[in-house]
Amino acid sequence: MNRTKKNRLNDSLFKYFGILNTLLGLIMLAVFIFIILQTGLSRLSWDFITSLPSRFPEKAGIYTALIGTFWMLALTIIFSVTLGVSAGIYLEEYARKGFFSRMLEINISNLVGVPSVIYGILGLALFNRYLGLGGSLLAGSFTLSLLIIPVIIVTTRESLKAVPRTIKEAAYALGATRWQAISRQLLPAASGSIVTGIILALARAIGEAAPLIVVGALVYVPFIPNSPLDDYTLLPIQIFNWTSRPQPEFQVNASAGIIVLLFLTFVLNGISIYLRNKWQKKVKW
Amino acid sequence: MNQLIAKNINVWYGDNHALQDVSMIIDPFQVTALIGPSGCGKSTFLRLFNRMNDYIENFRMEGEILINDINIYDPVVNTEELRKKVGMVFQKPNPFPSSIYENVAFGMRIQGMNKKSELDEVVETSLKKAVLWDEVKDSLKKPAFSLSGGQQQRLCIARTLAVEPEVILMDEPASALDPISTSKLENLIFELKKSYTIVIVTHNMQQAGRISDKTAFFYMGKLIEYDTTKRMFLKPAHLQTQNYITGRFG
Amino acid sequence: MRRTKEKVIEKLLAASGLMTILTTAGILVILIYESSRFFIDVSIWEFLTGTEWTPLFSKKEFGIWPLLSATFLTSLIALLVALPVGLSIAIYLNEYANRNFRKTVKPMLEVLASVPTVVYGFFALTIVTPFLQQFIPGLAGFNSLSPGIVMGIMIIPMISSLSEDALFAVPRTLRDASYGMGATRFQTVFRVLIPSASSGIIVSVILAVSRAIGETMIVAIAAGQQPNFTFNPLVPVETITTYIVQVSLGDVPRDSLEYRTIFAAGMVLFLLTFVMNNISLWLKRKYHRQYE
Repeated sequence: MNRTKKNRLNDSLFKYFGILNTLLGLIMLAVFIFIILQTGLSRLSWDFITSLPSRFPEKAGIYTALIGTFWMLALTIIFSVTLGVSAGIYLEEYARKGFFSRMLEINISNLVGVPSVIYGILGLALFNRYLGLGGSLLAGSFTLSLLIIPVIIVTTRESLKAVPRTIKEAAYALGATRWQAISRQLLPAASGSIVTGIILALARAIGEAAPLIVVGALVYVPFIPNSPLDDYTLLPIQIFNWTSRPQPEFQVNASAGIIVLLFLTFVLNGISIYLRNKWQKKVKW
Repeated sequence: MNQLIAKNINVWYGDNHALQDVSMIIDPFQVTALIGPSGCGKSTFLRLFNRMNDYIENFRMEGEILINDINIYDPVVNTEELRKKVGMVFQKPNPFPSSIYENVAFGMRIQGMNKKSELDEVVETSLKKAVLWDEVKDSLKKPAFSLSGGQQQRLCIARTLAVEPEVILMDEPASALDPISTSKLENLIFELKKSYTIVIVTHNMQQAGRISDKTAFFYMGKLIEYDTTKRMFLKPAHLQTQNYITGRFG
Repeated sequence: MRRTKEKVIEKLLAASGLMTILTTAGILVILIYESSRFFIDVSIWEFLTGTEWTPLFSKKEFGIWPLLSATFLTSLIALLVALPVGLSIAIYLNEYANRNFRKTVKPMLEVLASVPTVVYGFFALTIVTPFLQQFIPGLAGFNSLSPGIVMGIMIIPMISSLSEDALFAVPRTLRDASYGMGATRFQTVFRVLIPSASSGIIVSVILAVSRAIGETMIVAIAAGQQPNFTFNPLVPVETITTYIVQVSLGDVPRDSLEYRTIFAAGMVLFLLTFVMNNISLWLKRKYHRQYE
């Protein structure tokens, strides 16, 4: 075999290796999900969703965990979106390029990379103990908000950056103040892409367990929370709890819980992909 | 070594009919210049001879390119073999981010030749042919980026010579160079045509006039006129050619 | 009036920006304050060199190495899975695949990163470990091998998308030069593109490792909770993150020495990821400049 033939063979071998690798992770995930469906689907029922937790696997349900997750999501949206979007606007539209904004930028890139348990430690010391919020929903949602705010800031900035400068200039030319130009022109124009990014961040937040365990979420809560100051548990934590039990029946429960959690995650991801496509089609600068 | 023959070439990029029915015979051991305004198809035409257009999405072509009586667009033709025979020098000097030595050795290494003594020899002769040896012989291990633009371009030529091509395609090789480097490059091209067939795309009329034996004028995808450079510059047959050469448009 | 309103709005927005600084400051202050209290009772030397970690036992030892070794081991296994796979995906999508394939596959790969980590932990414990036990007889029910592999699957999209960006940033002219010399795609990739994109690829590796080091639930579920100073992937271990979760779940008295261990362990974790993230930021800035 001459050299060029050998080179060509390498080339096509690598091509198949590439395809194989590209599909490898996806195939494994598909297999995992198939097995989960196989074990958990039969357990999944309205009863399972509306039952309180129990020592008896066949009686246990995810009601408190699910309600806890919705509470957590709602509170986190309120805090993280307000603060994250505001900070994003400030950095992109107000902050002068200089030492301070450079520091803010480096700081945010760093925060994105801080492990989520560290946020849990921060929340534990700051919200749970110094502010005396204990293991409440409020302490948890503050912590989760801090975790996703850097992501929301980055999305907001990128979305604003994508809006052509001419729009802002046009608003100024008509006598708008800076905030009017931002709130009436820039933000509406960037909103689709900001919302997409926020939903994506929430899809990640909904699956977080570690920081919330550290900040004081409970693994067993026999009632549903009624106010932000109540104790709570979450779907991922409930799954974690069941997974660490030795009885196989609890593994079945965990599978059923995973189906619900994956459903929520994929729905949120799906919405963001849908919005992104819709947005890209509608607006062409 | 035979002529390069283009027969009834048509090229499309999507819906854009970039070359329209171009036929041309390029003589061996001569410098043939392709001139014309931007977007006239001269670069596309040049890149047909080593099939560099193959990587452009929605590129489509009809017609034949014959080198040594073989249609290089025949499916049995191996593009890698072809490109060893038909070397190319690009608009901007594009050395690899490695040493001067490794840049010249690249072509041999990809063919599996790794013997140091042989590599040393080829690197030296190629750099000598490209008139760069005296300037770099003491700094072969230095990164290629440390060279000046003109030196980088001659390095790219040395790199091409190292695989012993028969034809060298040059796509505006002097457009990024200063006048002194340009004149060095032109002298080099003049030397090289003794052993290689050279096709060069250029924007610079004076350059075409100085270095080429024959010149082809392209306009809007068509080959308007093709003749010896002398006749083309003194007595062009077409008004368009005359207007372009005298700088009235383009 | 209008002026005042503008000023107030700007101040409010700036306050939100300042919040991010406060977050970092909060993390630093708490970690430093709490771990300095920890180091009053335990010598830093013992902490950094000890190979026994038993703060929850009656005979207490505070050597971080069992937790560190487990953290490194699981991350290394994850990297061994994710780097070859992720890099070849990046190469394939960038150099071989056609546009439609790329457009369909890229969002699908992102799905791998969006699956909650508890779910991955469950996969590792109940599917991957039993599966591997059929071939590896010595594999314990809790081990670092299978969570490592699963974590690797999770970080594939991180490596592939960052490496793809790096490959994409290599100037077109270098590809042209290589193809023009008669190189195949394979040769162009391995001799020209990867060397040229190396700093970007290193960035992707560092970020992926940093992500793996901080990953918690997968290892908490499937790697076990036994601080073992070992690099044997078949036996139960405990990572830094798992230890933090373990203490949080238990009822360790507050303000005790045991309780403060999580801050000391957290400090080590934070420093590790902080250093890695900043190396990658620095490299990224450097290679962005390279091709400008």
